[in-house]
Amino acid sequence: MDALMNFGQGIFGGIWPAVWTLIKIVLIVAPLMLGVAYLTYFERKVIGFMQVRIGPNRVGPWGLIQPIADGLKLLLKEIIVPSGSAKGVFIIAPMLAIAPALAAWAVIPFTDSLVLANIDASLLYILAITSMGVYGIILSGWASNSKYAFLGAMRSAAQMVSYEIAMGFALITVLMVAGSLNLVEIVNGQAKGQFADMGLGFLSWNWLPLLPMFLVYLISGTAELNRAPFDIAEGESEIVAGFHVEYSGMAFALFFLAEYANMILVAALTSILFLGGWLSPVGFLPDGIVWMFAKMSFVLLLFLWFRATFPRYRYDLLMRLGWKVFLPLCFFWVIIVGVWMITPLNIWN
Amino acid sequence: MDFSTVVFFFLSAILIFAALRVITARNPVYAALHLMLAFFTTGGIWAMLQAEFLAIALIVVYVGAVMVLFLFVVMMLDINMDRIREGFWNYLPLGALLGLLMVLEMGLVLGSKYFQVPIAEAVVPAGVSNTKEIGALLVTDYVFPFELSAIILLVGMIAAVVLTFRGVKKSKISNPNQQVFVKAKDRMRVLQMPVEKD
Repeated sequence: MDALMNFGQGIFGGIWPAVWTLIKIVLIVAPLMLGVAYLTYFERKVIGFMQVRIGPNRVGPWGLIQPIADGLKLLLKEIIVPSGSAKGVFIIAPMLAIAPALAAWAVIPFTDSLVLANIDASLLYILAITSMGVYGIILSGWASNSKYAFLGAMRSAAQMVSYEIAMGFALITVLMVAGSLNLVEIVNGQAKGQFADMGLGFLSWNWLPLLPMFLVYLISGTAELNRAPFDIAEGESEIVAGFHVEYSGMAFALFFLAEYANMILVAALTSILFLGGWLSPVGFLPDGIVWMFAKMSFVLLLFLWFRATFPRYRYDLLMRLGWKVFLPLCFFWVIIVGVWMITPLNIWN
Repeated sequence: MDFSTVVFFFLSAILIFAALRVITARNPVYAALHLMLAFFTTGGIWAMLQAEFLAIALIVVYVGAVMVLFLFVVMMLDINMDRIREGFWNYLPLGALLGLLMVLEMGLVLGSKYFQVPIAEAVVPAGVSNTKEIGALLVTDYVFPFELSAIILLVGMIAAVVLTFRGVKKSKISNPNQQVFVKAKDRMRVLQMPVEKD
């Protein structure tokens, strides 16, 4: 590592820190994009098996090259700009969708040292950046000059703003027990506890003492991602494809990439906040990045499983769930955790 | 000129451009978009002043929530530009007066001694978390103003609901609460029928 640093210093001189950061960004984004490609393959295969089908199996062995073929096809397709659209906004909207999805990865820790920017308020940063993802959707719906796209955008905006609140409150309980906004410290806080001392680390993670908030976070996360059963923003049986109905080629692919990058992001956040990140579930196995990836894969599998299992939620029921069920539950649980923490039964000191 | 000065001028240029476009854009959607850009850039400038909590709070609250709802409303309005511009000259003196007043107030605030802290004293020592300090101050020294602002916001919320509430709807409205708690046996009956034989 030192040799590499010296080598880089020798070639680039003063701008080496900037170049090194760029290299690290590429090292995060490139596997992420590959992960997105193979998540689509995984999704089609898994849902195929759940529905007793085979799934993609033509391109390459077991259809393994299918995502590459899909990507190439989208790259070569023409981007059609509708004649009545607001052209500038129409082009910018997909970029506004993908930029926050990638920017949020800057503070995600993979192990306690493997993180691009270990900043103090990383959880707040994540909240701020992910809350901007909704602009891509609203603007694409408005700029398309199409009723279906507009309806999809309106639905999605209302849904994302509603569920952001429940999600924020679920995060508040986590940062109450962790006493920190730093993601690395949140994970390290989950490494101690009575069960962790007994070698049963997975019972000390936040998911057990904060079980209702874990479920609220997971469900709100699904809603934030516009994934089934909360995919009313797309609702292909009602409004064709929702906000991206007028998009084709690479512009459409950007929305697709943003959605799947966000899925992986929410999976990573769920692993970090509730499932102990890179911590090993049992005492006799070492901690490591493998556990982080295993937990992320599990949460991703849950998202696919939801899609194959549940029918789409009706719009008014969706709003009711967010505002009338999750929000009061969150208020209540924040108070419970607060009281719990000042009693002698406090398990987080 | 060091790097942070360059960044400051870059952000300031974008901020001034965006703010100008907010008041000159003809389409209200573009005005709202530029306002969003202005908030985002301001967040960047605040982050440069080491006020990272305020910067992130600005983006979470204004860019992430307020402007989304704003855009939501503006997009659905049917705006007739000619009608809006009709009263421009009538309103100009009043508007100019208000603008002047705001400039004066801003000048007084920014000229006060609280804003004249030399840079050397304003540096945050390493290891001090801005967010933690603000949190500690909010629940100790400033707990009453903090609670008071919460009550004012609550009153505003109730006022908004009261102003828009138009009485109970008499139309055939479905009650999702009842619908959610429906069981299969409330709606469905399984009948046993003997097989008919000739």
